[in-house]
Order: sequence, then structure tokens, then C-alpha cells
Amino acid sequence: MTTKAHVDRAMLLHLYREMRRIRVFEERCVELYQAEKIRGFLHLYDGQEAVAVGIMQALAPRDAVVATYREHGQAIARGIGTDVLMAEMFGCLEGCCRGRGGSMHIFDRATRFYGGNAIVGGGLPLAVGVALADREFERDAVTACFFGEGAVDEGEFHESVNLAVLWQLPVLFICENNLYSMGTPLELAEAETDIHSKAACYRLPSESVDGMSPLAVLSAATRAVEHIRATGGPYFLECRTYRFRAHSMFDAQGYRTREEVELWRRRDPIPRLASWLLDNGLAEAEELEAIDRAILAEMDAAVAFAENGSLEPVEGLERFVTMEDIPA
Amino acid sequence: MNAAQPRRMTYREACRQALRDALNTEPRSFLMGEDVGLYGGCYAVSKGLLEEFGERRIRDTPLSESAFVGAGIGAAMAGLRPIVEIMTCNFSLLALDQIMNSAATLPHMSGGQFAIPMVIRMATGAGRQLAAQHSHSLEGWYAHIPGLRVLAPGTVEDARYMLAPALADPNPVLLFEHIMLYNAEGEIPAKLSAVDITTARLRRTGDDLSLITYGGSLPKTLEAATRLAEEGIDAAVLDLRVLRPLDEAAILATVRHTGRAVIVDEGWRSGSLAAEIGMRLMEHCFDRLQAPVARVCTREVPIPYAAHLEQAALPSVEAIVEAARATMEAA
Ligand SMILES: Cc1ncc(C[n+]2csc(CCOP(=O)(O)OP(=O)(O)O)c2C)c(N)n1
Repeated sequence: MTTKAHVDRAMLLHLYREMRRIRVFEERCVELYQAEKIRGFLHLYDGQEAVAVGIMQALAPRDAVVATYREHGQAIARGIGTDVLMAEMFGCLEGCCRGRGGSMHIFDRATRFYGGNAIVGGGLPLAVGVALADREFERDAVTACFFGEGAVDEGEFHESVNLAVLWQLPVLFICENNLYSMGTPLELAEAETDIHSKAACYRLPSESVDGMSPLAVLSAATRAVEHIRATGGPYFLECRTYRFRAHSMFDAQGYRTREEVELWRRRDPIPRLASWLLDNGLAEAEELEAIDRAILAEMDAAVAFAENGSLEPVEGLERFVTMEDIPA
Repeated sequence: MNAAQPRRMTYREACRQALRDALNTEPRSFLMGEDVGLYGGCYAVSKGLLEEFGERRIRDTPLSESAFVGAGIGAAMAGLRPIVEIMTCNFSLLALDQIMNSAATLPHMSGGQFAIPMVIRMATGAGRQLAAQHSHSLEGWYAHIPGLRVLAPGTVEDARYMLAPALADPNPVLLFEHIMLYNAEGEIPAKLSAVDITTARLRRTGDDLSLITYGGSLPKTLEAATRLAEEGIDAAVLDLRVLRPLDEAAILATVRHTGRAVIVDEGWRSGSLAAEIGMRLMEHCFDRLQAPVARVCTREVPIPYAAHLEQAALPSVEAIVEAARATMEAA
């Protein structure tokens, strides 16, 4: 196990590609929402890509992930196919959850993706339990648990963090602090706005990191995962980030100014990494364009896959309400 | 214990023996909850188990109902077989999000990728002058929720043997132990070593009317049936045992046979399990009913502290007898 993330040219290009894949996927989602192919609540990840991508690079396949309703980025970065994701958005049988979950409830057993969760804070107790099972089975696995700073208002945050520390469970708590929970700015919701200090008072090793930098996230996550594997106990990362788009598809954004959004857009991790690669001679413009072309082709294929998807026969409506057996 | 002899034990001992069996036979199982270890369980069900099985299998939790129920769900999804004890169903409301939004939904929302094989045990019911916040009967509420199996052992044999199939079930199972039954003694027949968790049981046969009940109301209903027999009324007593999914066939069979039904349910009447059963009778055996279906439910008040008021609020033997007589006289 290396102490530092191994960051070479290939890794940098990989980070770039993964962030771009998420960004383009979300762009397609917006178009398809407007075209009424995707319905329900849709929460997009634009601006926060560095967090999911940086964290996932620090995880191994044996590790587990618990996420929220804003989880397309985590799902893509974890390796769930954009085709089955898009089919899920379309409500198709070919979707990763056979059209029962939709945008907010992505699950994937193969990559140990224990769900999107549309209850703010609802995933934290689950993550503690997954980590407990992993420890009992000696799987040497870390459970990466993503949540927004809004979840910190919830009792489930405090209960779960306490339990993870008390029982010394291998959970990586990742708070994506994008400053707003829907339209409520952090300072209107929390008496103590320094979130990582809250974690610290539960005796949880914690740090805060620039969530607009994939490299900063990757190196912090690498340290954190290493700490968890070495000690068996949890770790807390607050990633300071920003969402560029509305909270969901219905949001007039009266709670923040255009100027503020513009300022944060200047810190967009994707063009920043691109220019850095170009300026430092680590990539040619041509190379990045080729990556982009491949991503556009991937997303075209994902949309086509979803467009050609089938619908679960209505006779199957009640399937999986109760399970006949436990999936192996 | 010699299985050839009928065994006498209390409901509490039966619950404990069931836990001991589960922990012995299912290595992935463990018990967690508030005060289940050092203290021995708030109703002393798990007394001695910490010494016997150690801290890994008997886990004391902080007062964090949502977190430890949710942790049970996550642990079940990742391969363990948790038995979670919530002290009483009153406090399960603090874990309702996890029970209803996670345990009951995730298998379906994940398109069948994850099962949640866990058992949540909790004490339920009134009768000990604990007042409104410690006297709820919420099993009927939980029986409303698709994705859960809801059990209500009303006998020592069910307390003894329902846990094993509950733990083997791939779905989250809620097991409600009535606080007034813990001290009740009963005999387990010599040959009995397992029960199912799918069917209701006719605890007493009868030709004149069907008394349909479960859990803490079962002993009261059986006593009422004995009194009715003295008056020449031959009442059958159906113990539902499983509140979700209901054994509809058994309910319909007894009422088709007798043509009269009284439902006894410690839940409040409005929107109750009793209402559900009554409605199913309307739907499926209207033509066989010789009298309107009657109900004996808890009066619609927060359960009061004072003993006489508490007793007045709960289903009583007298009220069951009364309702049965009225049903016999109707039509
Ligand atoms: C328990 C609960 N309360 C309220 C909501 C409605 N809601 C959905 S998202 C959200 C904001 C959460 O903000 P945050 O946790 O910071 O995450 P973000 O949306 O910024 O990613 C709210 C209030 C909910 N889904 N769950």
C-alpha cells in the first residue's frame, strides 16, 4: 500500500476523463429531462465531479459505496455502466434497478454500490452497518459514505458518526459541502458551520479539503483510506465544493446570486485540469479532444441503449417487494 | 432440555431460548440493541446471553434507534443476520425512517439486487400503567407496509419458535412481543420443535362464532371463549400470529364456518388491522355472514396512567363476551 496517491500522466488523464464523463452524462440528462424522457426528481452533479472521481480512485473493488440522491457522479466514477444508468433514468427493465429506483436510487451489487438514498442522512446508518459486516467477515474493506452538508443537520448523522467511532468501523465519511441544502445556506442551518470540527468532537479523525481539486481530493482520500485500513476505524473528509446547477430541475435559485455562481464556475475542476495538463505539456489538445469524442460516443450509445430499452411487464409490478431468496 | 417431555416455561424464557438457538445455529447472527448486554434487556429477555456469547454477538448500542436499526439493515445487506432489539415499539418511531424508507423499500428499489434478512424485535402493548408514551400497540401500523413481515407471538410456543424462521427469511421481519405476556407460562408440546411464520392458528374450534385476535389479546379472547361456552356459545378462536401478510384463507375459513365474527385488536379502532380484517370479510364472505362483523379495539385515547382508566381503554374479557353475545343475538 502506497502512502501517496500515484499520480502520473495516465492517472491525470484518467481523472480528466472521468470528470468529463460525468459532466457530459449530466448534460444529456438535462436534455432528456426537457424532452420528458426522464421524469421525477433529478439532482445533477455539475461542479462537484472532483469529489466523486477523487474518492473513487482511492478505493478498491472490495470496498463499498453509499451515496445520496445526487449520485450519478458516484455511480459513474464507481464503474457502473452509463448505459444501464441511463436506462434506469428512462424507467426501463434494462436499467440497473429495472426501473424501480430512477435517478435517486441507483444500486449495483457488482460494484458494491449500496444505493442512492433520497432521505437526507438516511444512508449514514446503512454505511455503518455495511462496515460492521465487512469487519465481521474480515473483508478488509472500506465503506465510502457520501452525503451533503444538509445531512449534518440530521440526527442520523450524529448517531451514525458516534457509532462508527465507538465501534471503530471502517467508514470513510465524505461530506460534500456545497454550501446550500436546497435553498438554505449553511449558516442558516448550523450554529457551527465548520463541519469537520463537528466530526472531530466525536473523536473522528477529520480534515477538510478543496473539493474543486481532484488531486487534493485524491490525495486526502488516499491518506484517509490508508488510515482506515491501518487502524480499522473511521475517517471524515469534508470536501468544500459547489453545485453549478439548480438543486433539482425545479429551482428558481433565489437564494444565491449569479455572481457567486460565476465566481465558483471559474474554479470548475474540468477546464482547470485541462489547461494544467496542456500548460505543463502533459497532454496535447488533440489528445483531450479525442477523449471528449470518445465520451460523446459513449453517451450517444448510452442514450440509444435507453431509447431501445423495454419496459417491465406490469405483471412484474410486485416483484422484489418481498424477496424469495438472498442474492448470492 | 429433553425434547420428549412437554416443556413448561415462561414467554420470556421462550424468547431467550429462541435467541440462544439462533446465536448457536446461525454464526452470522448477532443481537444488538439498547441494554441487551450488561443490563440483560429491558424486559430481561437477553439476560445471561452476554456472558454466554460475548460482546461480538451481544452488542449494547447507544440510544440511537435510527443508527442501530439502519446499521442492522446495512449489515444484513452485506451478509450478516442481525437481530435488532428495540426496547419497545414506542421508541421504534425514532427508527421509523430506517424501517419504512430503507428496510421496506431497498430490495424492491434495487430491482432485487439486495435482500435484507434481519429481525427487529420489540415489546408492544399496554397494561402496566406506563402511560401513553410506553403503551402503544404499533404492530397494526407496521402491518400496513409492503416489504415487511410482521409477527405477533401470542403463545409460548410461538415465542420459542418463531425467531428461527424469521431469521431465515430473506426479508425484514418485525417481531412484536407483548409486555403482558412475558411472565405468562405455557407448555410446549413434546413433539413441537418448529413453527411456521405464514399461517394463522385456530386455538379453539367452535361452531357459533369466530373470535379473531393475536398477541396480547389472545389470552383474554380464550378466556372469553371459555365463559361463552358456559353460556352455551361455542366460539372458535383464531390466533392470527402473522399480521403481514395476513393468512386470509384461515380468516375466511373460520368465518365461513361460523357465519359470525368478532375481531379483538389492541390497536385503536380507526384505520386498524381490525378494520382491514373486517373489510376482507366484506369482500370475500359477505354472503356467509349471519350478523354484522363486530370489533373490540382499544378506546381512542392516549393510554392513561391510572389503572382503572387504562383497563377501561383496553379490550377486556367482559367486552369480548359482550360483543360475542350481541353478535349471536343480531339477525
Ligand atoms: C429527511 C429529508 N428531509 C428533507 C428532504 C428534502 N430535501 C431533499 S434534498 C435536500 C437538501 C439536502 O442538502 P444537502 O444534504 O446539502 O445535499 P445537496 O442537495 O446539496 O447535495 C432536502 C432538504 C429529504 N429528501 N429528506
